[in-house]
Amino acid sequence: MTITHYLILSLLLFSIGVAGVLLRRNTIIVLMSLELIFNSVNISLAAFSYFLQSLNGTVFVIFNITVAAAEVAIGLAIVVSVYRSRKTVNVEELDEMRY
Amino acid sequence: MEQIFFYIFAAVAIISALCVVTLRNPVHSAFSLIICLVQVAAIFILLRSPFLAVVQVFIYVGAVMVLFLFAVMVLDMGKETIREHMHSQTIPAVGIVVLLLALIGWLISRGGITAPLGPFDEAALAKNTEVIGKTLFTEYIFPFEVVSLLLLIALIGAVVLVMKERPKSRLQGPQA
Repeated sequence: MTITHYLILSLLLFSIGVAGVLLRRNTIIVLMSLELIFNSVNISLAAFSYFLQSLNGTVFVIFNITVAAAEVAIGLAIVVSVYRSRKTVNVEELDEMRY
Repeated sequence: MEQIFFYIFAAVAIISALCVVTLRNPVHSAFSLIICLVQVAAIFILLRSPFLAVVQVFIYVGAVMVLFLFAVMVLDMGKETIREHMHSQTIPAVGIVVLLLALIGWLISRGGITAPLGPFDEAALAKNTEVIGKTLFTEYIFPFEVVSLLLLIALIGAVVLVMKERPKSRLQGPQA
C-alpha cells in the first residue's frame, strides 16, 4: 500500500469527524466526533512514520493519544457540570455564558 | 494479502465512523466509535507499529470510551427524534465538509511527498517497544515530562470541576 491510501483514509475519517462536530446537537456526540478527528490524524502520522522510516511520527502519536485522553476527561467533566445547572446538553440551547 | 486486510479495516472504520455521526441513540454511537477505534488499532499494526496499536486499545478503547459511556449513563440521554437530531444549519455544514473533502483530496492526489528517509526501516522497527522507548526517553524527554504534568493538571481539574459545594460547617464555640 502506498502512503496515498492511508492519507485518503485519514481524510475520509477527518471529514466524517468534522461533519459530526458541525451537524450533531448533542454535546457528547460532538466530543465523540472530535475523537474521530484525533484518530484520523494519528493514522496519518503513523503512515508518515512508516513510509519515511523515522520515529518522529510514532512519538507524536503517543503524545497525541495522551493529550486527547486528558482533553476528554476535562471535556466530559465540563459537560456533566453544565448539565447539573442547565439540565440540557443541546448545543443550540447552551448559548449564554451567564445562567 | 496486506491489501485485502487494509481494505477491510478501512471499510469497517469508515462505516462505523458514519454510524457514530448518524445514529440517534448515544450508546449506539459510543459502540460504533469503539469499533472504529479498534479498526484504527489494526491499521497501526499494518503500519508495523504494534506498540501504538496496544496503546490505542488500552487508552482509547479501555479508558476514554469507558469514560464516555459513564457520562452517557450519568446524563441519561434518551433517543433523539429525527427532528431534534441534526443542527438547524445542516446545509452550510454539509457544504463545508464537501469543500474540505475536495480541497484536501486534490492536494493529496497531487502527490510529490518526498523527504529524506530516516534510519528506522522495517528491520529496525521489529523491536518496536525498545526502539520507541529509547527515542522517547532520550530525544523526547522534555515533552514527556510536560505531558505528565498535563495529565496531573487534567486529573485535578476534572475532580475540581464536578465537585459539589459542601455546606459551610458552623463551628460551635463552647456553650455559655
